Amino acid sequence: MDMKVEKKKLNLKDKYKLLTRDLGWEPSYRSKDEIYPYVKYEGLKVHDWDKWEDPFRLTMDAYWKYQAEKERKFYAIIDAHTQNNGHLNITDARYLTALKIFLQAISPGEYAAHKGFARAGREFAGVGTQVACQMQAIDELRHAQTQIHAMSNYNRYYNGFHAFADARDRIWYTSVARSFFDDSMSAGPFEFMIAIGFSFEYVLTNLLFVPFMSGAAYNGDMATVTFGFSAQSDEARHMTLGLECIKFMLEQDPDNLPIVQAWIDKWFWRGFRVLGLVSTMMDYMLPKRVMSWREAWEIYGVENGGALFRDLARYGIRPPKGWDDAEKAIDHMSHQLMLGLYQWSFGTAFHSWIPSDEDMDWLSAKYPATFDKHYRPRWNHIKKLAAAGTPYKNFGLAKLCQCCQLPIVFTEPDDPTMLCNRETTYKGEKYHFCSDGCQDVFEHEPEKYIQAWLPMPALFQDQQGDIGAWMDWVSLKDGTDNGDYAGSEDQRNFQQWRGLATSNQ
Amino acid sequence: MSTVFIALQANEETRPIIDAIELDNPRAVVHRQPAMVKIDAPDELVIRKQTIEEQLGRAFDLQELQINLITLSGNVDEDDETLTLRWNS
Repeated sequence: MDMKVEKKKLNLKDKYKLLTRDLGWEPSYRSKDEIYPYVKYEGLKVHDWDKWEDPFRLTMDAYWKYQAEKERKFYAIIDAHTQNNGHLNITDARYLTALKIFLQAISPGEYAAHKGFARAGREFAGVGTQVACQMQAIDELRHAQTQIHAMSNYNRYYNGFHAFADARDRIWYTSVARSFFDDSMSAGPFEFMIAIGFSFEYVLTNLLFVPFMSGAAYNGDMATVTFGFSAQSDEARHMTLGLECIKFMLEQDPDNLPIVQAWIDKWFWRGFRVLGLVSTMMDYMLPKRVMSWREAWEIYGVENGGALFRDLARYGIRPPKGWDDAEKAIDHMSHQLMLGLYQWSFGTAFHSWIPSDEDMDWLSAKYPATFDKHYRPRWNHIKKLAAAGTPYKNFGLAKLCQCCQLPIVFTEPDDPTMLCNRETTYKGEKYHFCSDGCQDVFEHEPEKYIQAWLPMPALFQDQQGDIGAWMDWVSLKDGTDNGDYAGSEDQRNFQQWRGLATSNQ
Repeated sequence: MSTVFIALQANEETRPIIDAIELDNPRAVVHRQPAMVKIDAPDELVIRKQTIEEQLGRAFDLQELQINLITLSGNVDEDDETLTLRWNS
């Protein structure tokens, strides 16, 4: 019998060299400046593109192989989910609010990131960078598609999933995530990498995906656990690309430091504001909670972010400017934002609710210094109003921050009883901000942010302030998609179907 | 001291990989959470192909980790034999 002889394989480093860097060539009839017009546009100095190397040394052939395996695993589970009434196995239909926000605000962000990385891959001059950006562009497209596909089964049974694309373009709270991605995509390629690759992927993505997936696992949502894990398996590579990118910029030339630091300051704060939506999900929206927003921040913000910035200190990088204000906001932000979502629930394509006494006890245990003092009394008051048949609804429109586009609902970093509101007058117009961080971003690039599309002014511009016409325009079905969870069609259906599934009625 | 970590999906494929990581990193702390396992270690974590192969009983390409990886932290360095996570601080 012949012995099976293993074919001699290239080692990883040689293979990476052959299948990545050696794919490049020196242009002969056009200059590099003509081919890569944006490389110098932001003032970054790069002397040697070959210094940029993917530490995973992943080549395209291996990429396709592993991605195909991820897709096979993903679809096997999605099929099982659909075939086994997965929509009835969640803890409670309140959980779906977290999914609806994800689909309306985050999945379109994945698609935007795909476009951004496709462009960054074209504009960077190094082959290692181009290949890594190409992989990430394909990853992000896959994430958008698998997320939409995984959640499509819920759309067959529950409200608020049907018009996520209109919601993404037109509804007010989704513009928070949308403006973040649009802002990054309309920046130069290096700033885009800091925005998405470093700040979002490295510093903040753990706070979004890890608790979100654990939340799905805790709440019986197999479809989301699956798309979450499938997407997250790419994130380690994205995070690594983000970190390599920042080290590359800093090692190429000492003059790059102040530019990079300013971007870190800006994009940390922009990302932190987007994560405000995640804080409400963790503290309020999961019927079975994983950990509080504060606990997640301790692990992924304080501990991991702290380690990262100690590591980068050797280049002269300091923690982002807004770091201390972020820390001060952690014990307040989810409560302040959820109170906002509840009072404006006529305008959300998801349900919100008043936390039960049991929920409030949990919040008070997780936020001993703030919840009972500042937020329980407000919820109790709102509960009384609801019991009296006069539920608290705010039919006024929120004033939005010109930078992050969240309603101005947050308080002063050092005084939780005082609303934080900043104003800047620029060319005779007054602009409003939710924080010093957002005001700083605006004042650094006012010409960019005065062009921001803000949903509240758009309502008046396009719909003359007619709320009914606005609901039609954003494809929000009044009385079905919005309002309190208590008494909603989602609640009725879930209880009825679950009853049918667990009895012989 | 800074903590590096790696998180893997909790499934049949990763069980022997996690065992191997524990063997190679005596200072590592393994946190078993719903659907995932997070492994923390002070400053450095080393994942070795050979130890995984011994635990798994078959040949293993370290890049297969990509399939079940959830997240990690620290500077990454990977070659045919090892994947290292490290903070320089």
